[in-house]
Amino acid sequence: MKTISAHNLTGPSRKSQGTLRRILKNPTLLGGIIMLAILVLLAILIPVISPYDPSAQDLRAFLQPPSAEHWLGTDQLGRDLFTRLIYAARTDLTIMVLAEIIPFCTGVFLGMLAGYYGKWIDNIISLVTDTFVAFPFYLIVIIVAFASGAGQRGIFITFMLVGWIVFARVTRGVTVSLRQQEWVASAQTLGLSGIRIMFRHILPNVLPQAVVVLMTDMVGLLVAIVTLGYLGIGIAPPTPDWGTMISDGQSFITTAWWLSAMPGLAVVYTGIALSLVGDGLADLWRRR
Amino acid sequence: MMNEGQVLNASGPKKRGSSYRWLFITAARSFIVIVCVMIAVFFLIRIVPGDPAKMILGEYATPEALESMHHALGLDLSLGEQFLRFLSNLFTQGDTGNSIVSGNSTRVLIAERAPVTLLLIAMSSVLAIVIALLLATLASTNKNKWPDHLIRIFPTVTMGMPVFWVGLLLILLFGVRLRWFPVGGAGEGWGMAYSLILPSITVAFSQMPTLVRSLRAQMLDVLESDFIVTLKAAQIPSRVILFKHVLRNAALPTLMLFGVNLSYLIGGTLVVEQVFGIKGIGSLLFSSISNRDFPVIQGIALYCAVAVVIISLLVEIVSWWLDPRTKGKS
Amino acid sequence: MSMNPILEVEALTLSSRANPKLVHNVSFSIGKGETLGLVGESGSGKSLTLRAILGLLPQGIEQTGGQIKSSVSSAMVFQDPRGSLDPLCPVVKQLAEVISYRQGLSRRASRQAALELLEVLGLPLSLRQKDRYPSQLSGGQCQRVVIALALACKPGILLCDEPTTALDVTVQEQIIETISALQQELGFAMVFVTHNLAVASAMCSRLCVMRQGQIVEQGDTLSLLQAPQDAYTQMLINSVLPVPVLEGGEQR
Repeated sequence: MKTISAHNLTGPSRKSQGTLRRILKNPTLLGGIIMLAILVLLAILIPVISPYDPSAQDLRAFLQPPSAEHWLGTDQLGRDLFTRLIYAARTDLTIMVLAEIIPFCTGVFLGMLAGYYGKWIDNIISLVTDTFVAFPFYLIVIIVAFASGAGQRGIFITFMLVGWIVFARVTRGVTVSLRQQEWVASAQTLGLSGIRIMFRHILPNVLPQAVVVLMTDMVGLLVAIVTLGYLGIGIAPPTPDWGTMISDGQSFITTAWWLSAMPGLAVVYTGIALSLVGDGLADLWRRR
Repeated sequence: MMNEGQVLNASGPKKRGSSYRWLFITAARSFIVIVCVMIAVFFLIRIVPGDPAKMILGEYATPEALESMHHALGLDLSLGEQFLRFLSNLFTQGDTGNSIVSGNSTRVLIAERAPVTLLLIAMSSVLAIVIALLLATLASTNKNKWPDHLIRIFPTVTMGMPVFWVGLLLILLFGVRLRWFPVGGAGEGWGMAYSLILPSITVAFSQMPTLVRSLRAQMLDVLESDFIVTLKAAQIPSRVILFKHVLRNAALPTLMLFGVNLSYLIGGTLVVEQVFGIKGIGSLLFSSISNRDFPVIQGIALYCAVAVVIISLLVEIVSWWLDPRTKGKS
Repeated sequence: MSMNPILEVEALTLSSRANPKLVHNVSFSIGKGETLGLVGESGSGKSLTLRAILGLLPQGIEQTGGQIKSSVSSAMVFQDPRGSLDPLCPVVKQLAEVISYRQGLSRRASRQAALELLEVLGLPLSLRQKDRYPSQLSGGQCQRVVIALALACKPGILLCDEPTTALDVTVQEQIIETISALQQELGFAMVFVTHNLAVASAMCSRLCVMRQGQIVEQGDTLSLLQAPQDAYTQMLINSVLPVPVLEGGEQR
């Protein structure tokens, strides 16, 4: 069963006795890490690997099928598709990681707050999350991204607004179940403050699960970034991005299908890598 | 609340108060959420950095034009007055104002486009549930054999597939190459349902990772529970156990899961409409966005969110009503 | 040992991937109408042995050695009565379903038979008037339904997996009495798994003491309790108040 329940991942995390060996023994995690590493390495080394400039147009060589010269062919403006694909990975992955930082922190914090203190704090936070969840995810993403102005800033604002909810919900659930355990009560009788208990004792227990969710959420975020790009309210055109690449290729879908298919495959590849890392980590922490 | 978000499984029917108190609390909670949704929609236009009127009219609008736009949007009033006006409009006419572009009532504009979108949502829901149940049954009854392994890889692979991209590939394969379905648009009557097959497959596909994953887990829970062993020990044919007991027990969690996922499904529908060129609420949303038609955008957001809250409530009530465990001793 | 065994377990070994000796080299046999007790701490492999006899091992556990020879059919009563019943199916309907499949009766006749069986087991007549779901019955009532389900299969051997552990003390006694009375009437053999020596000594003519998947000692209840050979058996006996043990011993 892939469900992660509070019991599986709790218990003060053990010191890393042979962490590396345990990662090596976990094919899911290892596979995910290798896939990600390949992508990141390519993204870093692309100026060395590829002789092409991602935005250099060559109108004599437009819409070429894959060949030894152009590994994945060229687009309608004669730009090398492979080069653009990897440069787009730079953009999309960077934004993906940066846009998750603030929602992750606020979500975990608010979730702990709601789960630990309960009562009215919990009620308010739950009400806010319920309200946000009522709006279809893509509806709210599209509207907020549009309203806060297209481009990277819009993406950051959008996910600051809606991204924390997943983490808040998960963390709240785990915190509530931890809260009922005796060691929390005994810590309270020792006179530790709520904030101290939350950060010193609950956070380490909550974090593994939140990180597992982070991996899945990053996949969703990446897909959302790409979708916004496709709809023309994401990353603005001169910067290479998988979403805009797919939408550019759409007009040539009958003659040069790879123009749209390849950037999509790149998203799928990243999604598989992140899912594997998430599943692997869940596995690793469940077995302790 | 039952909405556990997409990452958590909807954990089976929970023990609830046996009386109608639970019903009342749940309904009251949904009502409060609806009120919050209204407030959120009202503030939607206010979170925009800068002046909405300037966004609508462009950088070089004359002060007079800006002023009349302020007036049209009600931005010249105080915040309290604006909110009162918004509420009265909402409750007397079920509306968020008139379109800036066409001058028509938002409610009418949405009602015009709604049938296609509703049909698309209905078709993809049915498709998603049927396929997910089928795959989950196949996987859970063959645990740790090849159908199970295959179906377990499926969510990992498909999770990162952008829904519009899947739509494009389906168009390429079934529309362009095989010519089984029209490439875009939506016909009339039965033609409409026919032309919506490909889009609804696309939307249903986007629901698969979450649905299959959770349903498989749910069905395994049922399959490994003691009562199934009791029935097997009594040598009831496994076909009968599957249909009469396992699927019935899995039906309630499926319903719950569907309620939770509905919001994602609607969001996916809006995007897919754009890919297939269907003139539904999704395309209304995008044309309103490119026209900066705020009242219409607000209206779409409001109607979608309220629909999600009400349907979730209905799902909760229905599963409460169907589940004998909630009734207690009588 | 019994002269004419209806169930023989020989050198049974059950393994999972993590533990190749969940149950190791377990042998015993039962004659007609006899009751054998399997006692031991939790996790000692008692329940797994029962599941193996029933032929329904849990996922991931396999029989890797030995054999089970049985000339009669078996049915099982489980530890958690409420979990043993489909929560979404009225209890009478569940029982009727089993009766109709096992005894080839029509829908109507099997429903009638189900109601009669439930009456034999001392369940209230209110079940007749309105469909009741497991959640609407008490634990003891559910366990009676589960026993009825097992009896509907007309078993030669009834396998009882701690049938009273999840119940209140007063209800425990009633259930044990019911099972004993039914055994005398119907004459089935029983394998009774429990960690409660007092119950075991009251019910069983012979006992097997299990620990960590192996039988450490087996023999007649009386002699085993009076002169335990194994240190673990001694420990089990010491952990029970002496009075019920002696009473149980004298009853036989």
